[in-house]
Amino acid sequence: MLEALELPFFQRVLIAGLLASVACGILGTYVVSKGMASISGGLSHAAFGGVGLGYLLGFPPMLGAAGFGVLAGLVVGLAYRRLHSGLDALIAMVWAVGMALGIVFVALAPGYAPDLMSYLFGSLLFVSWDYVALVCALDVVIAVAVLLLYKELQAVSFDEEFAEVAGVPVERLLLVLLALIAFAVVTLIRVVGVILVIALLTAPAAIARHWSTTLARMMGVATCVAAGCTTAGLFLSYGISGAFALSVPPGPLIILLAVAGYGISAALRAVRDRH
Amino acid sequence: MTAPVLAIDGVSFAYRGQPVLEDVSLSVEPGDTLAILGPNGSGKTTLLKVILGLLAPDRGSIRVFGEPPARAHGRVGYVPQRFVFDLDFPIRVLDVALMGRLASRGLFHRFDAEDRACALAALERVEMKALAERPIGTLSGGQIQRVLIARALALEPGLLLLDEPTASLDERIGRSVWDLLDELSRDMAIICVSHDIGAISRHVRSVACLNVRLFTHPSRQLTAEMLEATYGCPVELLAHGHPHRVFPPHEGEGGG
Repeated sequence: MLEALELPFFQRVLIAGLLASVACGILGTYVVSKGMASISGGLSHAAFGGVGLGYLLGFPPMLGAAGFGVLAGLVVGLAYRRLHSGLDALIAMVWAVGMALGIVFVALAPGYAPDLMSYLFGSLLFVSWDYVALVCALDVVIAVAVLLLYKELQAVSFDEEFAEVAGVPVERLLLVLLALIAFAVVTLIRVVGVILVIALLTAPAAIARHWSTTLARMMGVATCVAAGCTTAGLFLSYGISGAFALSVPPGPLIILLAVAGYGISAALRAVRDRH
Repeated sequence: MTAPVLAIDGVSFAYRGQPVLEDVSLSVEPGDTLAILGPNGSGKTTLLKVILGLLAPDRGSIRVFGEPPARAHGRVGYVPQRFVFDLDFPIRVLDVALMGRLASRGLFHRFDAEDRACALAALERVEMKALAERPIGTLSGGQIQRVLIARALALEPGLLLLDEPTASLDERIGRSVWDLLDELSRDMAIICVSHDIGAISRHVRSVACLNVRLFTHPSRQLTAEMLEATYGCPVELLAHGHPHRVFPPHEGEGGG
């Protein structure tokens, strides 16, 4: 199976996957410890509306996705700070409206019907060296933001009320965090798809939380878990196609591995807690 | 002339049309310790949150150290009644206490040795220094309560707000918290929401009774009428008689 490493395409995909693991490990730590999984799901599905608008108006769909993702982040973030109830329903609507707009825009678009499925489930065909560079830039932006704002983001994730009392600009930081999540989601959508990206943000970090006593450690563990699942999923996909002449895409395999890992981790944690 | 620590004038706050605070006025000077008494739902926590700038009043003005509440952030310590955070959150006791240092350290800077020393000193005051490296989720409710007090102290506040600080503590620890507040009152003004009437009678200098409206009293003398106005029903005054009896005897009761 290791001969796969000699294929330039496989190399690119593997490097992109490892770089994506860094973004998912760091941001996933906040998503999981602050309980923002459904918000992140809302962002990724809202981004699909931007893809459709891009096709309709003839600009790059990924730009539309980024715009819609960040806009949805703003709406949900401000609502989160102001609504006392009903946030759950609002997120569900943002989630569905993004998908609905995407479908309507594409239906209205003249000419050929683009391959929407590749946005929903992602495609490794889009992993070019340019894409690898884009994921690398995303990692740098996330790492710099988190290094500069670590103690504030920790306070906001742990206890917003006290963070505010201690003079932290809570609302602005939440919006920064949501914008970072939106950019990460949009970057990863192209390859893993709208539907699967949320699992990459949550499963590795949820495993890491079982074994971490600080946020920084959780980020490190989550990144390693994500990198491990990504690598294993890619090799598994390659192996299956070689052995059985079947084409099983690696994205879903990666997610199944991560969620299975979560189950094992939760069981091990329960055993440890009993002693 | 220095501004009072806290000046509240005619503050009203309604939640969904339901008045929670009505025409509340209150002034706190440096060195004051004030206890706020009141039944459940009387607006005690809301009043603290309005002082903290977490909620904006519908009417009236609030000045904390002569400034609007949002500009006093970082100078007012707060100990919430219930912890709102997730006990699985990966964080150590020391990191929680360090949150009190956020304002003094400022954005983009890391906590340094001075911050850590200050947070450890705050933990020592509440007898939690030995557990500084423990994950917060492994502590008992009473221990967490004390860590939250340490977090507020690490802020080195000029005004300390506590919401039922002894509610989840056993009697011995509760007493030590009241003794700590006595000690702290030399350095800062304190407002404490509590229903521990016995402790209040021994430890605070003035009492206010809140039930949407606020009744303030310059001394810690509680009368049955005051409590009745607050609780809306006759309240039995509990006076433990030590170290000295501060409540006047009930009518018809022979001396105190």
